[in-house]
Amino acid sequence: MSTTTRDLARPAPAKASSAKPRRGLRGSPTLNFWLFTGPFLIGLAIFVYAPILWSLWLSFFEARFTVTPDKFVGFDNYTYMLTNDDFVGSLGTFTVFAAFIVPTTWALSLGLALLVNRMRFMRAFFRSVFFLPTACSYVAAALIWKMSIFSGVRFGLMNTVLGWFGIDNIAWLIDPNPPWYWLVIVTARLWLQSGFYMILFIAALQNIPDELYEAAALDGAKPGWQTFRHITLPQLRATSTAVILLLLIAAYQAFDEFFNLLSKTTWGRPPLVELYYKALGESQDYGAGSAGALILTVLICAVTLLQGKIMGFGRGDESK
Amino acid sequence: MSASSNTNWDRRTVLRAAMGLAAAGGLAACGGNTGRSSSGDSLVQMFHAYGEAGTEQAIKRYAKAYKDANVTTQWITSADYESKLFSSLLTDNAPDLFEFHPQIQMVKSGQVADLTDLIDPVKDDFNPADIKSHTVDGKIYGVRMIDDPQFFFYRKSMLEKAKVEVPTTFDELMEAAAKLTTGKVKGLYMGNDLHSVNDTLIWSSGAEHLTADNKIAYHTDGVVEGLKKMRKLFTSGDLLLGAPTESWDPSSFIQGLCAIQFCGMWAMPAIQDALGDDWGVFPFPKVTDSGKPSVYNGGWSMFVNAKGKNVDAAKEYVKWLWIDQKKYQEDWATSYGFHIPPRASLAESATKLKSGNAAEGVKLFNEFGHFDNIGWTQAMRTSFEDVFANCVRKNMDPEAALDKCDTAVERELKKLFG
Repeated sequence: MSTTTRDLARPAPAKASSAKPRRGLRGSPTLNFWLFTGPFLIGLAIFVYAPILWSLWLSFFEARFTVTPDKFVGFDNYTYMLTNDDFVGSLGTFTVFAAFIVPTTWALSLGLALLVNRMRFMRAFFRSVFFLPTACSYVAAALIWKMSIFSGVRFGLMNTVLGWFGIDNIAWLIDPNPPWYWLVIVTARLWLQSGFYMILFIAALQNIPDELYEAAALDGAKPGWQTFRHITLPQLRATSTAVILLLLIAAYQAFDEFFNLLSKTTWGRPPLVELYYKALGESQDYGAGSAGALILTVLICAVTLLQGKIMGFGRGDESK
Repeated sequence: MSASSNTNWDRRTVLRAAMGLAAAGGLAACGGNTGRSSSGDSLVQMFHAYGEAGTEQAIKRYAKAYKDANVTTQWITSADYESKLFSSLLTDNAPDLFEFHPQIQMVKSGQVADLTDLIDPVKDDFNPADIKSHTVDGKIYGVRMIDDPQFFFYRKSMLEKAKVEVPTTFDELMEAAAKLTTGKVKGLYMGNDLHSVNDTLIWSSGAEHLTADNKIAYHTDGVVEGLKKMRKLFTSGDLLLGAPTESWDPSSFIQGLCAIQFCGMWAMPAIQDALGDDWGVFPFPKVTDSGKPSVYNGGWSMFVNAKGKNVDAAKEYVKWLWIDQKKYQEDWATSYGFHIPPRASLAESATKLKSGNAAEGVKLFNEFGHFDNIGWTQAMRTSFEDVFANCVRKNMDPEAALDKCDTAVERELKKLFG
């Protein structure tokens, strides 16, 4: 390869600004490839693949209070986790949770994106405002929801509002009958997540060519629902698929807000929280915990592949 | 091409790279400041965050006064100190010494060092129950720092106004809670998740956690009856639920959110400051006819990490501070929150605990107190917390909830005792 031709093509002042061309960065594509991906691959290997393999190894051992066990127990840990009603139950609960939260977040994000996208003025302001919660930590949000909005005492925000209408205080997070805690969790999650997916949708909306809308208008499509249903929505298919996939994984990985909002409960535990309480946290049963984690990993992979199959994510023909 | 790139390492580039490395090294040093050094005279100790002002400074002050090692303190503010402690014990950054409660799994798995030789010379000065609760097969594994009895605190004026006597049975407690509940004040607060009264419910129902030979002893008709009463109380609307602070913090009581609160001896100075003499204490009342009032004698003990790099230095420090330095021990027990010193010689001289409600607290501690059972581990504790969650907060049948707990506890017992 020759750098001279490229250098010649460049305007003279640029060349003058750097006396020695930094050939190391421009020289070999292979070197550059490793230079850029190397650090991330190393990070990925150390922080993702090594722990997964270690978990796999741990899951076949009795590993209590240690991560370097020596007692091989075969599939005992898997049997324990799979026959554990709480763990299996939490998988069921969270399939239901995902089935609810995924479409809701999808619809809300898309709705916000459509609104913001149609704005004539202050678009940047509203885009930022809706996006801001994404920058908030789940733990911080959970604490605000728990201590100030949905506090069970009379001066909690929601209870104050209900008090105006003469309704008694509700212990939102403490009493599971009726299960008000879902309201707390779902609102917190929507507030935290919608902004991010809204940005994805806005980007996709801006990519839809105006000609399509013009053609549709010429063909007699009414603005509003008809145009949205037959032009906008199909054009958003790729983004929607990606968003749903991300939401689904996020739903199964839920931990922070559940852990902080619902302490010492036996309900409303996502699989990860269940694992934490059953094996990893105070019990220090790393064998059983690893087995549970791997079961969960397999499940997430399976659901993801299935969803990809149904919605066609990753197929070459689905580009706009 | 790549060969020529080597020639590009001119002086300036090398200098820049070197400075970058130096800066990175400096940052790494900041992050890794665990007070550890290879010389073996640096120790790390881990404490949960006590709520009272001045506690963190006190622990650091004691450490600074120690001349033979450089002791740094990790002050853990998160709500689940257990998890933080247990997970860090597995790493290279594990503390050399830490405070916790006696639990046998830490002994069986070799996580805590044998401290018998430190305690033996002064063994007779310690509360025998505190020695017993730290002993496994004749060896003593921790030095008790403080005993913390836990009981109910009540507002005298509120009880008088509602014409309520101090409850002596759980039924009376439920009645009192109902009478004391007004528009703005709830009758009773036992924590949001109720787990601080798990142990006392077992004892006051006339049962124990485990038998002497480590079999399940909590699954009795009395406990079932107690759980049913708890459920009734939980749904009565007379309990304060969803309060901003947990029950170890006296804020709900002080702010007048409730008339009676379950809390601990440590809260007495704060309550005295806020309410003057308008308060008293009483034990967790008996739940069944055969039951007795009970008090949970909690507390904290120092343990030495047996897998640490400086076991001997850590033991020396524990001996120095928690055996020899009586001034500091007394300061720790009575200058911030109130705690009962586990050593008879100190308990005698602790004048602050001799009068008023503090003296009453000491009396309840002696008369109704139950200490930790070292065989009742964190995993069992969690399982019994699930019983409360399942049948008190959620409407599960107590028998079914206890059966479920039995399975989990049996699994633990089998692993620990065979």
